[in-house]
Amino acid sequence: MLETIQQPWPWYVAGPLIGLTVPILLIIGNKSFGISSSLRHICAACIPNIPFFKYEWKKEIWNLFFVTGILLGGFISVELLSNPLPMIVAPTLAADLSIYGISDYSGLVPSELFNWTTLFTLKGFFLIVVGGFMVGFGTRYAGGCTSGHAIMGLSTLQLPSLIATCCFMAGGFLMANLILPYILKF
Amino acid sequence: MTNNINQDVRALDAICVNESQLEHKWWHNLKYLVVGVLFGIVFVKAEIISWFRIQEMFRLESFHMYGVIGSAVMVGVISVALIKKFNVKTIYGEEIEFHTKTFNKGNIFGGFIFGLGWAITGACPGPLFAQIGSGATVIIITLLSAIAGTWSYGYFRDKLPH
Repeated sequence: MLETIQQPWPWYVAGPLIGLTVPILLIIGNKSFGISSSLRHICAACIPNIPFFKYEWKKEIWNLFFVTGILLGGFISVELLSNPLPMIVAPTLAADLSIYGISDYSGLVPSELFNWTTLFTLKGFFLIVVGGFMVGFGTRYAGGCTSGHAIMGLSTLQLPSLIATCCFMAGGFLMANLILPYILKF
Repeated sequence: MTNNINQDVRALDAICVNESQLEHKWWHNLKYLVVGVLFGIVFVKAEIISWFRIQEMFRLESFHMYGVIGSAVMVGVISVALIKKFNVKTIYGEEIEFHTKTFNKGNIFGGFIFGLGWAITGACPGPLFAQIGSGATVIIITLLSAIAGTWSYGYFRDKLPH
């Protein structure tokens, strides 16, 4: 049993479980599934010096409990349910990444790119700091992220969410295929 | 007046609109922590928070992420339809509310900027938390930067096209 759980889970197990989060959150407390709002609540709690962050964030504190749970879930799965084998990635991706000296597939993020030493290089700064900034800025500007728009929004058949999701994908395709190779060359 | 600003601001948000009429003790929130833990485990075990899987998705090298998101949406659509059809209530007996999102240009511009960031970091906001939990401590900086990005949006919001 544990061995089965330790294997990487296939999409047809993970996807429906993620989809079930939508009705579970609605039924246990009338909450619309969404994660990027947690970033806003953190701003509202810590640096609420502009109107956008002046609201009663404590009413949305469930969201901070939820993301704390996600963090703990990440910890638990690595400590207790971890798959000891390196990740298997598409050969074409592995071939391309090897050009940039990436060969460690033991972690969920490539350790050669994301670590405390590379943070202070131009490449690392771009990947870690600039990338993170775009995620935070973009999701709030778009009014949601993959959970709020792609999953909750599409589940309730909202056109703005479909448009937003298409734009997420467009940005991702452009970055991964045309821009990221230049960044990784540094 | 303050309330008006609040309403206006909250309407633009993906969530931030669902308020229970009922007052609950703080420990009622622990159920969201539990759902979050289970969700985080799925994130890690299905490798959704893997930078490599995100690259494969955007390079069309694997079906995995499309399968995950596609089946999640399908289950979501069916669940929401069932909730509406059978008028399912919350565990507290409240009516379940759905909120209509209104389109604004931010869905396009913001969505595109987020997409760029998603492919760089290999993470959307949820996975950032799970990646930190899984031991990639430097992602704390990515998360802090994402919080700074959210704050900057709030700061420049009036000057951006919506």
